[in-house]
Amino acid sequence: MAKYPRIRPVGLSGLLVQFGAGMSEPANRAALAFRAAVDEQNWAEVCETSTSLVSTFISADLVSAPPERLIEQLQDLLLSRDWYKAELPAGRSLWEIPTLYGTQAAPQLEEAAEAAGVSPQQAITELSSARVRVLTIGFAPGQPYTGELPPHWDIPRQQALSKSVPAGALVVAIRQLIIFTNATPTGWRHVGQTAFRTFRPESDTPIALSPGDEMCFPAVTAAEYAQIEQRDTSGNGGAQRRVLA
Amino acid sequence: MSTFLKIHACGPTVTVQDQGRRGYLAQGLTRGGAADLSALYEGAALLGQSPDLAALEMVGFGGNFSASRDIRIALTGAPMIATLDDAPLAWHASHLMPAGSILKIGGVRSGTYGYLHVGGGIDTPVMIGARAAHLSAGLGAAVTEGQDLPVGKDNNTATGMTLPVENRFEGGKIRIVASMQTDMFDPETQARFTRTQFHRDARANRMGVRMAHETEPFTAKGQLTILSDIIVTGDIQITGDGAPFVLMCECQTTGGYPRIGTVIPSDMARVAQAAAGAPITFEFVDLSEARTLEQRANAARNTLANNVTPLLRDPHSIRDLLSYQLISGVVSGTPAPTTEKE
Repeated sequence: MAKYPRIRPVGLSGLLVQFGAGMSEPANRAALAFRAAVDEQNWAEVCETSTSLVSTFISADLVSAPPERLIEQLQDLLLSRDWYKAELPAGRSLWEIPTLYGTQAAPQLEEAAEAAGVSPQQAITELSSARVRVLTIGFAPGQPYTGELPPHWDIPRQQALSKSVPAGALVVAIRQLIIFTNATPTGWRHVGQTAFRTFRPESDTPIALSPGDEMCFPAVTAAEYAQIEQRDTSGNGGAQRRVLA
Repeated sequence: MSTFLKIHACGPTVTVQDQGRRGYLAQGLTRGGAADLSALYEGAALLGQSPDLAALEMVGFGGNFSASRDIRIALTGAPMIATLDDAPLAWHASHLMPAGSILKIGGVRSGTYGYLHVGGGIDTPVMIGARAAHLSAGLGAAVTEGQDLPVGKDNNTATGMTLPVENRFEGGKIRIVASMQTDMFDPETQARFTRTQFHRDARANRMGVRMAHETEPFTAKGQLTILSDIIVTGDIQITGDGAPFVLMCECQTTGGYPRIGTVIPSDMARVAQAAAGAPITFEFVDLSEARTLEQRANAARNTLANNVTPLLRDPHSIRDLLSYQLISGVVSGTPAPTTEKE
């Protein structure tokens, strides 16, 4: 078995530090903390950094300089502490995003509940009270992958893709929830609908969410949801934001 | 008085493009920008201006344009049929476009992405650090009929220049390097991948280009359990049906399909430009060779201006300038296309 953390080449685009083969909370925290540490180093050859679920990507100019020096620097930084025990990033927020579960707005609630082995009503209760964390932002601009839900929500993606679910859709699979940035075909099941826009190109802060932020998705009625859509034109979809210590 | 380029008619996917955006990967936004970055450098060399200026990218078909004042233009990338007030215009060249005259750019002759550059650059508002539309991210929009695009201040005057270019419009051999999941494919699968004659599939856009092939699917060990991880432009992702997709400038930032390798940056224009059906093969090169190839390509790109020469032909005989015979003997970082036929 491969040993983690490990450094992998990413063509001429940079290097990847992987903290695990599967999703785990400590590996996710390690990736976030390691990215912050790399940023603090201000290494000249590093162009930008990002994180996925359990890895840190270091985009670097490997054309001008060979990768050996950067690999050494990353190895030293990896050895400097136990990254799996790192704290979460500072300045995190808690987002409460009103969500319309089921109905025609989110037609796969019942299917997802069945896959998780709970009744639709129980599914709403569980999903609307779960407090999940943004594990990574990716795929599309501002799109959060959040988790983890309890183990019975480890439901697979559908084999056949849904043709298209709309922007703002709350979808579930593999103990994670996503709010979609744009309408997209997907194997994740559409269990709720939000009016939260994860990417607002015309805004001064086009992307509000950051990895490490916490999220919950309280249930609202169809009437309440319609009101939110009408009243909140900011893209926040009636969301409340609280700064966590 | 400001200068405008008026769009009288245009194809469905004409967009403003520049070098794209860096620094937003962590927020899920890929670089985007021109699908054929070489074309931006060629336009800059022809007009004697910065390669950071924005141009119009035209997929397969151009449109009809006029300018509110005299402007300079350059035509680069995939050669298209072009006329100015019905007189034929040479591609890979710069021209004076007098105020009110009608520039018509029609269908592509070979390749996929053609570019219309203007002296001073297209000066639309900067959105998140660039002017480039990134349609897959929902950032910006395609250019539409009736639109007036602002043109920046032009500091130069030379027109009637041409630039010999290597034929990157008909597929050929694409160099790739190993990436983080290459070793999930056994050596025989990797070897078969480099032996296989692919053709650019009709399914191709600025997000990805599918490679059609007639042999059995390519598969990796444990490919169904791969955790989603970073994607970079050039990654060759093997999707569920076993066909490779080369991920292009507007791809997503993460993905869970295995990737067999990554196209080196200087061969990406060749992948982007290959028209539907064009033959493609892949060849692994090691990292140090790839670095040498890139260094050479970067050096060639930065000295393009030295190769710019006056257009000598009169407009009536200009058609044969479009022939690729022009390019033989050009020194470049990639082998001449004539040596690459399979």
